Amino acid sequence: MTVPPPIAMLAELTHRCPLACPYCSNPTELLGRADELETEVWADLFRQAADLGVLQLHLSGGEPASRTDIVELVRAARDAGLYTNLITSGIGLTPRRLDALEAAGMDHIQLSLQGTNAGLADWIGGYKGGFDRKMQVAAEIKERGIPLTLNAVMHRHNLDDLEQTIDLAVELGARRLEVACVQFHGWATRNRAQLLPTREQTETAKRIVAEAEARLRGILAFDFVPPDYYADYPKACMGGWGSAGLNVTPNGTVLPCHAAESIPHLTFDNVRERRLAEIWYDSAAFNAYRGTDWLPEPCQSCDRKEIDFGGCRCQAMALVGDAGVTDPVCRKSPQHSVVQGILDSVAPGDAPEFLFRGKKPAEARRKEPT
Amino acid sequence: MNLVLAPTDRPYLPRGVRVVEDRVRGGRVLLAPEKAIALDAIGDAILGRVTGAASFAEIVADLAATYDAPEAQISEDVQRFMVGLRARMFLGVKP
Repeated sequence: MTVPPPIAMLAELTHRCPLACPYCSNPTELLGRADELETEVWADLFRQAADLGVLQLHLSGGEPASRTDIVELVRAARDAGLYTNLITSGIGLTPRRLDALEAAGMDHIQLSLQGTNAGLADWIGGYKGGFDRKMQVAAEIKERGIPLTLNAVMHRHNLDDLEQTIDLAVELGARRLEVACVQFHGWATRNRAQLLPTREQTETAKRIVAEAEARLRGILAFDFVPPDYYADYPKACMGGWGSAGLNVTPNGTVLPCHAAESIPHLTFDNVRERRLAEIWYDSAAFNAYRGTDWLPEPCQSCDRKEIDFGGCRCQAMALVGDAGVTDPVCRKSPQHSVVQGILDSVAPGDAPEFLFRGKKPAEARRKEPT
Repeated sequence: MNLVLAPTDRPYLPRGVRVVEDRVRGGRVLLAPEKAIALDAIGDAILGRVTGAASFAEIVADLAATYDAPEAQISEDVQRFMVGLRARMFLGVKP
């Protein structure tokens, strides 16, 4: 098969973050500041990425603004010719810093949203005062005219506020709203009993998004990631393994997707030891599930194999312990009953308390506000 | 919201949307928030005329003259392309 160059790179600059969301996409083993790549190593990596064909750079974390060199990193990314997107909670983006980021050429901000009110958002984010701070930052972003996407991470506790979430996105001047239902990897899996929405919530959310999309055409664009446990077919994770995107962790480990380290038999290369192009084209991890030749049945004879590439490898790993089988959320998967079993166990009201990211269970004894 | 452009509407690329050379794959690409779209020759010809000053009618007339094609056909193609971009918030319009 011919391997195309990657289009997008997610640079997880740091795992440090003032928030402690219980569905954080960072791994459960978090890296510290001492593990992080230096400014010039990132800058060189951005140039390598652009040479390789990357067009879009997502600067993420953790909280990327926790890096004191975030402005330099944005400048380096733009100098490399990359479209530069900052994925942030907003915490740490002072007006002065926003000015500097703008001057450095930052193209776009994706601002996370934990909830539409302080009570809920600060509980989910595990950070008191976070919501008010975020709203101030959002106002600063709007005043400057920086292109904004609001990324609303949705789950059982805030999916009923979807209408208010959409209204808030319009009010904040966002051009785009991601209604991103929690995907179950890492921290989210540990909190699955708390986070998994009901089928009714899922159906209502689909209807609300469809209506709002029609009503707000030309005002707000939508990206909707429905909860895939309720879907008939799996998502084409990353548009296919090693096909469109790659992910670099704070210490320079290069992954085909952010959760790939959850697949224990894979080993991943580091930018300190190998060139990015070599890792993309030649490394064992990137070639492990590339294309469709490796696909098992029922995928191999399925007419959707070029659409979803067997779904998510990490999800197959997490649900049935084998990254090489059909994503169990697919209704054609011989192991689909595992997903059905999880859904049948959804029992609102008696879920355990959250395990907040980076905190021990004893620290996390907070009740949902009433 | 009706996204169809009137003849006098002047389309423009809003902040955060730009067309660049794709030096690895060749051709030109539209870069927008979290999206990259490879432009075919038609898309490139249309966006090359989107200056913020030229009206929809002027863009269509210019394309029809350049490619020696009927204006009605060009107008339809340009309209479809631009409405698609507007729906994704990749194109702004000034009256």
